[in-house]
Amino acid sequence: MSNQRTQFTVLMRVLHWTMAAMVLTMLGLGVAMVASLGDYHLLVSIHRPLGVAILVLVVVRFVVRRLSPLPPFPPTMSRLERLAAEASEYTLYGLMTALPLVGWGMLSAARYPIVLYGPLQLPFILPQNPMLYAVLRKTHTVLAYLLFLTFLAHFSAILFHTLIVRDGILKRMAPWNIRPREAAATDSAAVHKPDPIIAQ
Amino acid sequence: MSITVNGPVRTAPPRLAIGGALARFALIGVILAAVLGIYAYLGGWLTPHELTPSRFVDGFEQVAGVHPGFRRNHAKGLGASGFFDSNGNGVRLSKAAVFRPGRVPVIGRFSLGGGQPDAADAPNAVRGLGLQFSPADGELWRTAMINRPVFPVRTPEAFYEQLLASKPDPKTGKPDPAAMPAFLKRHPESVAANKVIEGEPVSSGFENSRFYGLNAFRFTNAAGETIPVRWLMRPELPFEAAAAPGDKNYLFDALITAMHREHALRWHLRVIIGQPGDPTNDATIPWPEEREQVDVGTLTLDRVESEETSAATDINFDPLVLPDGIAPSDDPLLSARSAVYSQSYTRRAGETKTPSAITPADVRKGE
Repeated sequence: MSNQRTQFTVLMRVLHWTMAAMVLTMLGLGVAMVASLGDYHLLVSIHRPLGVAILVLVVVRFVVRRLSPLPPFPPTMSRLERLAAEASEYTLYGLMTALPLVGWGMLSAARYPIVLYGPLQLPFILPQNPMLYAVLRKTHTVLAYLLFLTFLAHFSAILFHTLIVRDGILKRMAPWNIRPREAAATDSAAVHKPDPIIAQ
Repeated sequence: MSITVNGPVRTAPPRLAIGGALARFALIGVILAAVLGIYAYLGGWLTPHELTPSRFVDGFEQVAGVHPGFRRNHAKGLGASGFFDSNGNGVRLSKAAVFRPGRVPVIGRFSLGGGQPDAADAPNAVRGLGLQFSPADGELWRTAMINRPVFPVRTPEAFYEQLLASKPDPKTGKPDPAAMPAFLKRHPESVAANKVIEGEPVSSGFENSRFYGLNAFRFTNAAGETIPVRWLMRPELPFEAAAAPGDKNYLFDALITAMHREHALRWHLRVIIGQPGDPTNDATIPWPEEREQVDVGTLTLDRVESEETSAATDINFDPLVLPDGIAPSDDPLLSARSAVYSQSYTRRAGETKTPSAITPADVRKGE
């Protein structure tokens, strides 16, 4: 059996797609609620606990990421592309951690209760201070736009590799399992080609 | 589950023809545009004329000007503090900790309706009372009440329309005299609500005003039974009819004087139990007089304080900061109030406030 994987571990893939859905929902909730009057309360009451869930999951995910074996990058990716991919991965981890923390902090500074469910709520993590709230509130927006841009870059890169380069990069993160025998064949094919294959 | 992949995964695929490549780039463009379009739609960028919290607060600023650091509505105010003694009568109605027998600290704020922080007090100006109850379980309950038995508008859109009808013309400095009658013509429910409001005699001051919670809410008790409610604060001081207006701060000065004289001002929190058929989504319609009212406890305010030092200044009296056991009704005003209060708070939080009309020296007078 090859020592190189074709796919991320099942746990990493589950975390990836679950959090992708949560984060994209969260970005939609965020822009919708600040523009909404009638649905504002409903959207906010989903936004807050969902943000807490993302914060918990991103910590779990980062630990899993550090402990799990990773599939290699496809040989079609240049050194620069690999650096960019890694940088965007860490940027996404950073933003997924920072956004809920800033949100928690800003609500604490404004003394808005962070209700999870029923009487269950988070403690305040910052002193009451309107100016601090105002700064964190702006930061929350800026970070959210950064997260959206990073997502777009990540998504565009995947589309480019899938539709133009056609190197099957999406299979590394596919929600289904790629049959191991073919994966092994693929791995050995990749291993024997030292230079990246750039699509013509 | 596993699926079969046709052919090796990482060998170079056949070369794309120019046409094919362009078509694929175009597809990428369409997918990205669709993603951007969905978010633009959700964020309201495709419907620029729809009313948003931001445009709502812009409306307040157009009418009253921008006064940095002040609330965009109910800008003129005076902080207060004290406690709420729950008598336990509310336990059968709601499981909220605030209704268990005992004492809960309260921070409050008396205010005058409108966006002018130095508006002149007047008998018919809207009087507001915002309250925050802090029971020991860490939950918070905030309510923002006014001395009107019903609200003059039914929807956020109507509120905005009415607000703009009071916007002063830059040439004359006065609102267009045709605007308010035109608004009322379009909103017969507001005409009816104004009749109810005019039917309630105006008291002489804050200290003997009734304050109403306006919107309907839902109470859920420990058994899981949910009922529609409204609430009001009934003053212990006897009613006295409003007299001719005095000087600019006469209502607040009288409140300060009453506080020094009485040492504490008290109101009874009365929960009004709605019956099937009582509208919960229309704050312009009063519920029948004979509805059961439950006195659930006594609010005691024993201190007033200028906004310069009061803890109330930093509180957004968002009517949807509710403990478990109190939930919003289907009244469309509630979510909108929460959204607009939040927008107002966000704007003023980042600004440096100028001194409030009622100063610490005003509060010390007659101590």
